[in-house]
Amino acid sequence: MNIRDVILESVRKHQPPPRKLPEVSLFHSLQEVDRKALFTASLRELAGEVVAEAPADFAEFLRTRFPAAKTICSAVPEYAGNSKPDDFTEWEAAGEIDVTIVRSPLGIAETGSVLLSEEEFRVNTIGFLAHDIVILLDPADIVENLHDAYTHPHFQNKAYSLLMSGPSGSADIGGVSVHPAQGVMTLTVIFWPRSIQH
Amino acid sequence: MSVVDQAKAAEEFMEDQTHEQHLDKLLWMLRVRRDEAARRVPEWEQLRDLASEIKEHTLSNLAHYLEMFESRAKANGVIVHWAQDAHEHNEIVYKILSDRGVDMLAKSKSMLTEECETTRFLENRGIRVAETDLGERIQQLDDQPPSHIVGPSWHKTPQDVAAVFARAYGSDKENADPAYLAGVMRANTRPIIVEAKAGMTGANFAVAETGAIVTVTNEGNADLVANVPKLRICSVGLEKIVPKTEHLAVFIRLLTRSATGYSITQYTSHFRAPRQGGEMHVILVDNGRSSRLGMEKFWPSLKCIRCAACMNTCPVYRRSGGLSYGSTYMGPIGIILMPTFDARRYSELPFSSTLNGSCTNVCPVKINIHEQIYAWREVMEEKGQIQLAKKVAMIAAGEVLSNPKLYRIAAASADPSLSILPRFAIYNRLNAWGKHREIPQPGKETFHDWYRKNRSQAGSKESQQ
Amino acid sequence: MNQETTPSADRQAPSVRDLKARLPQHPSVKSTVALMIPCYIDVFYPEVGVATLELLEKLRVDVVYPFDQTCCGQPMANSGCYQEAHATEELFVKNFADFDCIVTPSGSCTHHVRDKFTAAPDSAARRKVSASVYDLVEFLHDILQVTEFPWARFEHKVALHNSCSAIRGIGLASMSERVHDPVFSKPKNLLERVPGVQFCDFERPDECCGFGGSFSVTEEAVAAKMGYDKVEFMHNSGAEYIVSSDMSCLMHMQGCTKRLGMDLKVLHIAQILNGASQ
Repeated sequence: MNIRDVILESVRKHQPPPRKLPEVSLFHSLQEVDRKALFTASLRELAGEVVAEAPADFAEFLRTRFPAAKTICSAVPEYAGNSKPDDFTEWEAAGEIDVTIVRSPLGIAETGSVLLSEEEFRVNTIGFLAHDIVILLDPADIVENLHDAYTHPHFQNKAYSLLMSGPSGSADIGGVSVHPAQGVMTLTVIFWPRSIQH
Repeated sequence: MSVVDQAKAAEEFMEDQTHEQHLDKLLWMLRVRRDEAARRVPEWEQLRDLASEIKEHTLSNLAHYLEMFESRAKANGVIVHWAQDAHEHNEIVYKILSDRGVDMLAKSKSMLTEECETTRFLENRGIRVAETDLGERIQQLDDQPPSHIVGPSWHKTPQDVAAVFARAYGSDKENADPAYLAGVMRANTRPIIVEAKAGMTGANFAVAETGAIVTVTNEGNADLVANVPKLRICSVGLEKIVPKTEHLAVFIRLLTRSATGYSITQYTSHFRAPRQGGEMHVILVDNGRSSRLGMEKFWPSLKCIRCAACMNTCPVYRRSGGLSYGSTYMGPIGIILMPTFDARRYSELPFSSTLNGSCTNVCPVKINIHEQIYAWREVMEEKGQIQLAKKVAMIAAGEVLSNPKLYRIAAASADPSLSILPRFAIYNRLNAWGKHREIPQPGKETFHDWYRKNRSQAGSKESQQ
Repeated sequence: MNQETTPSADRQAPSVRDLKARLPQHPSVKSTVALMIPCYIDVFYPEVGVATLELLEKLRVDVVYPFDQTCCGQPMANSGCYQEAHATEELFVKNFADFDCIVTPSGSCTHHVRDKFTAAPDSAARRKVSASVYDLVEFLHDILQVTEFPWARFEHKVALHNSCSAIRGIGLASMSERVHDPVFSKPKNLLERVPGVQFCDFERPDECCGFGGSFSVTEEAVAAKMGYDKVEFMHNSGAEYIVSSDMSCLMHMQGCTKRLGMDLKVLHIAQILNGASQ
């Protein structure tokens, strides 16, 4: 018998008597939820920023917010940027990126999270080797909670699905949460409906 | 290896007063934050019930779900390995790396790899291993194991960390600002991740339905080590399996709130297939889990999702520090897991508890931790692991307490050393009670004596002896 | 057979209704109880035993004190020494099996006999004893449903300590961990009936005091630190007295306050309800 079969046999031999699998509901709130407001509050608790409307002049917005940024990698049609994900054939080269711009297909009001995958990133490392990240999110794509979120097809068919909730951080030193960690230094979500082009 | 004397190590941790106060304050704050977070989720207790039931269902059908996971993962292009024990796990990792000429591994936090002592195994064979998790890295640089499963270096003050980084990286010893120190770590770790030819992570969950593994981090280092190098290894304990994607919602909603009071960590990552142009290996590890599954009183410990809420609430852990347990897993969950790895070395751990039950009531998956701690005490007696002096004292106590006349003589004696309670002060250290507390004095007469003098005519049940 | 894995916090206390159905209906004599006095109260705090007895008599309860009682077996069982607890628990069963109601001024002994009484061999008598034991507070609050203590007055500031056995073992009060449970405290409800009692809120109200039975000596340094922290929180709240339904916790905390030279005294709840003024 190979190791796999030895282990499985040991598991089968020792398993406790079977117990039922419970049904899991969606746990929607009984009151009406303002998803935009809740998403904004949740993300702010995790040190993310929310911009309530698509800026009229996006280039100007970026220049003001990230004055030192040279390399802006855009994965979205709404903005050209000066580089594209496909430019980074070696994934580790994405460390050169100052600002990544990407669109998320789903936001979660409960936690202020946004869903991203290789479909949105094309080169996954643009999501965390970049210094900062800006995420476009259509408010109509915000769901109430994690139960809703996990019904999204990405989790069934993408190689990599990420729920990103605020900029990377750590509380490993004295329990204080700080934000220079391994990934992006800042995370900004802009409520930007899909149809608006700039 | 000798028996861990947790009580003595705890006493040493408390000696300088600074570290105990720092840790107790930090972890109690996390307990309070946990309570706040739970208050904001009206269905909190329902979620705990669901989490417990999902895990119990899965564990009672584990073989079925393991096979499902394996077949889906393989269909996704993941290479699946099986390891019976720590040594097999380490050999598999080593073979994967050495076959591909990898000499440097970037590692994200994994308690399973701590359990297997993988880092030491690889370094002994010439493969450099760099921890990328801030807390793990601090401990690695200081040549200490993690002291807590969520915050490996929480027992250290920011000043301690500044000293470690100054030694390792030449940073400013006097600057204990956590943001500064985290920045030092970032600057030093980025190049490692970029240079590494392989990345290794653990898994918080493994989804049978899709073959995906899930990691939960704040720093994003798991995502980095899984996406930057082309080769990626993931170590998964058998008990990490959950049946379906929809079940993740229950656990993710409970996990971080229980651990630190935040609603979620910054990166909740789901890896179903290798990255483009890459290779992904999953090692399913037993290392005693299948045997534990068959332990009638202790198998529910396998439900654990490694949130450490039990450690944060445990008043003994907070005073003792996690290193005092001398074990991979510490605090309440450690007490009920470690004896399954080495009953002799950890035979005293079940007594490092007041059985207060707070742990059981914060556990998101409703493990009856304090009841299992109690049950382990009886097991230790059966295995002959109770300290001889304590056993002798208990035999003596039992003989007196089961004999009414003998008891009344002993109780009425004016000499405290003959009465029942101080007797078990003697078996550990002489007058242990009296070291920090005034010793209770026996009353002028016992209640028995008072009753005989004042009430024994009116309807008492007279002595038969 | 499926393993019972429900933590004890979820288990129900023996049904109050069941007990009342079995007792005589005479309004002035509400019940016949066997009084159980824990071994450490017998030796170190007999006045608490006296107060308990006198209180029950004032409430016109017919009390019997089985004279051959010794201990519930907890010191040995909690130390893992089941074999050594065996004979003591059997003696307990022998002494108390004839009674439908056993009352003891101790949450920890109640919890032990009700939920952990397994060193003695299983028998109908042992199961009856486990189902018949009540902590004094439970008995007064749930069964007798006492609404006043006309002989009692206590004009002092009180820090009320509910032991871990009382809270998480037998459900005398709600626990801070379960944030959605309604807040309640049976000991507090009783003390509120005593004119003059002022309750002081203190930090970490239901953190363990550190006694933990033999833990108080086997892990002495941690036990003492936990005790010191506890009494310091209480002292900082302005309390003059620590009051509890568990004398074992009080014994430990008193040891701490005396060593620290703190002017903070201890009293068992039975003593206050019985009319102690200090």
